[in-house]
Amino acid sequence: MSIFHHPVIQRFRWLLFGSRAHRGLTMNAALYALLIAIGFVYLQPLLFMFVTSIKSPDDLLNPMVQWVPTEFYLGNYIKGLRVLNYSNTLMASAAMSIVPSMLQVIVASVVGYGLARYRFRGKPLIFILLLATFLIPPQNTVIPQMLTYRNLGLLGNPLALILPAVMGQGYKSAIFILIFYQSYISFPKVLEESARLDGASDMRVFLTLAVPSALPAYIVSFIFSIVWYWNETFLTVIFLEGGVTTLPMQLSKFTQAYENLYPPGTVNIFDRLNEAVKMSGTFLNILPLLVMYFILQKWFVESVEMTGITGE
Amino acid sequence: MTGYSPRREISLRTREALHGYGFILIWVVGFLLFTLLPLIETFRYSFNQVTVTTASINLNFVEWANYTRALFTDPNFIELLIGYTIETLVSVPIVLIFAMIIAMFLNLKFKFKGLFRVIFFLPIVITSGPVIKELTAQGAAAAPGISTIPAVIEFLEQLPRALRSPVEYLLTSFILILWFSGVQILIYLASLQKVDRSIYEAAAIDGASSWATFWKIILPSLSTATVVNAIYTIVSLSHFSENKVIRYIYDRTYDVQGGIGYASAMAFIYFGVMIILLTIVYLFLQQWARRGTR
Repeated sequence: MSIFHHPVIQRFRWLLFGSRAHRGLTMNAALYALLIAIGFVYLQPLLFMFVTSIKSPDDLLNPMVQWVPTEFYLGNYIKGLRVLNYSNTLMASAAMSIVPSMLQVIVASVVGYGLARYRFRGKPLIFILLLATFLIPPQNTVIPQMLTYRNLGLLGNPLALILPAVMGQGYKSAIFILIFYQSYISFPKVLEESARLDGASDMRVFLTLAVPSALPAYIVSFIFSIVWYWNETFLTVIFLEGGVTTLPMQLSKFTQAYENLYPPGTVNIFDRLNEAVKMSGTFLNILPLLVMYFILQKWFVESVEMTGITGE
Repeated sequence: MTGYSPRREISLRTREALHGYGFILIWVVGFLLFTLLPLIETFRYSFNQVTVTTASINLNFVEWANYTRALFTDPNFIELLIGYTIETLVSVPIVLIFAMIIAMFLNLKFKFKGLFRVIFFLPIVITSGPVIKELTAQGAAAAPGISTIPAVIEFLEQLPRALRSPVEYLLTSFILILWFSGVQILIYLASLQKVDRSIYEAAAIDGASSWATFWKIILPSLSTATVVNAIYTIVSLSHFSENKVIRYIYDRTYDVQGGIGYASAMAFIYFGVMIILLTIVYLFLQQWARRGTR
């Protein structure tokens, strides 16, 4: 027996390099090193944003200060809050993402249920059209909509965003319809039939049996929809401009808004717009979503398992 | 079961169909009103000079003038379109490979997995147009530390233009490309979790190395997810509001000269290019999947 096969050495080799059954220490170390490295690269823009946003004007000019500011300077945030008109735009953003999301999810679930549970002609066509609504870029449909809204006097009115959502044509509606299709198709037929024998109507079966069974799909769709509506700026700018100002809309005209509040000619050099203020504005913009993400992270990271999407 | 007469059977079927239509009716109406009609209308605009006054919208038929202007006269549009094509073709493989690697990591068992999952799905909630714009403007999105090395800058200057722009794009927006992989990681992870664990065990007992297991078992089982992810990636990159082509079309919409008609023509050309890209990538992946299973 060679020394390499001595039981103690063997044990040691397993510990270090692992066996078929478990990873060894080196493999584990390599795994964590790689994950931490990728994670750092991945989060670097966020870290950069946060670090820059708490830099004082002195730190910004100091080439020695890169990743560790000399003080925790909140001045940028005070300006950022003012420039973004935070309490108003925050409320607007919340309303403009929660309301359309709720309606869009309800409608998507009804449509998804119809597609999953009923046999009728033309279903393949509906799926093709669904895919089409997912593919067609917004700028191919937005101008006539905008002109129609203008004629109806709905530009700048929240209804301009809500109406398409109510009709299943909201932002990324097709994805939500497919999510509900997937979760309702696995809903056991037996339950439905036994309820029908008891005389339950279609609507009753849907509301009392199907909806509760697909609750995770509702929650996942709802929070993804909120996130996507919140971050959407192309449609919101066109439909809501002049009426409602959401946080991302205000952020996209940050420079202009800043110079209105702090005219460049009149303020001293420390109050000029600098990247620290811009980064604090950007951070304030994503902060609500970050908070939501950390509270509801289970629903994000396990969303696919929870909704039973199989990847088809 | 034999109690039903054929007539009743048919009426049951019809009833089921009618109820089904009832459930999807609102969507069909919405599709006509908010997708099909505006799409046709935009298509009509693209052949017209559109002038909008406070009272009415006037159309003046100009045949293909808007299209020829976009394709042959306007130097910016074609350049942006080429840039978009290159950027998409560079980004898609990076997103797919990165998402696949991360999904395979997250499919392993290890401590603090929850923490890493939270990190890798974080970009789902923060990729909005204005945020990305600010981050790119500050250079925070570049591959860390690489694009500022003098040697790299010098190397880039040596490259021919055709090769230089994709490489430059890669260096300056590397992390952003990665940030577009959140949903894709989710989809890959779901596919990986569907693979029966016993297949891995059987492969291990047969003496397959993990390298062979990856190419022979994992990759083929991910082929559907790869197609879905590729389509999702192309669509989300193409619809992204900071996409330069979209910005350009949007800005032209409010021009006095051409305006809506010209923007509509460009929107359709852009949509066409996007469909071509989707088709190319789709056919390529199909080919690859077929070879993989053989």
